[in-house]
Amino acid sequence: MSDPVSALKNASDSTGIVQISEVGPAGMITLRGDLADKALIKAAVAAGGVNLPEQRRINTEGDRGMAWMSPDELLILCPYAEAKDRTADLAAAVAGQFALAVNVSDARVVFELKGPHARDVMAKLAPVDLHPSAFTPGMFRRTRLAQVAAALWMPQEDCFRIVCFRSVAQYVFDLLNVSAMPGSEVNYYG
Amino acid sequence: MLNIHCPNCGVTAEETEFHAHGEAHLTRFGPGASDDDFESYLFMRANPKGVHFERWRHQNGCGKWFHMARCTMTLEIFGTYSAQTTEPPQDILDRIRARRPDWNPHP
Repeated sequence: MSDPVSALKNASDSTGIVQISEVGPAGMITLRGDLADKALIKAAVAAGGVNLPEQRRINTEGDRGMAWMSPDELLILCPYAEAKDRTADLAAAVAGQFALAVNVSDARVVFELKGPHARDVMAKLAPVDLHPSAFTPGMFRRTRLAQVAAALWMPQEDCFRIVCFRSVAQYVFDLLNVSAMPGSEVNYYG
Repeated sequence: MLNIHCPNCGVTAEETEFHAHGEAHLTRFGPGASDDDFESYLFMRANPKGVHFERWRHQNGCGKWFHMARCTMTLEIFGTYSAQTTEPPQDILDRIRARRPDWNPHP
């Protein structure tokens, strides 16, 4: 089997006001179905290794996690090497139900922003209230970054993780770099 | 700029996260319908100055469809509601009537 290659080969940049890096390759599984169904929840928890997140939230534990994407969709995060088997197990567990499990690891890309100005850099790109009182670690938000769809969450304070489509990886990386240009601190969030 | 509440995922966001898709509550006419009915379903749309019901999609968010009642003149939003309905729910109508007492839904 060939080695997985992430979209930007783990490009990183620390010349700006935050440190930007591509985190990958990362395992990602999309699960669609009835999120109130007990069998589906059980299968999702087994695949994700964390509890089912509440609406618009994400539960993480190291490399593992599960995010609430929409009323009928979850995103399961896991180490890349496990994604294939976990998808197969999950698909088998929900077989016969009106549900779908797909390995989307290679369709997407994950970025990480680190630094005390991370909120500033994100807030320039997304129409989301990122004030510390409004957006806290554990929340998960699907939105747009400039012209493309993306999802973001904070694993901890001063740190963002961003998921977007692989086809726009370079665009998002460049966006983040522009937004983090040296001297561009906004300091709105104190 | 509209501030829109998505009834599917519960996010309130500005309109650039959403996309409008035209008039809501159309009656569909398909094969077997008269030419006049089919033409009006395909092409004829209300274009009111005032209260309007529209289909919207949370396209950069949860990706789900919903309906919205708003005023095309003042951009006031009366409310958003599920897309799985063929007519506006009573609470939305009540809110519109409270704000626009002389509103006539079928002029």
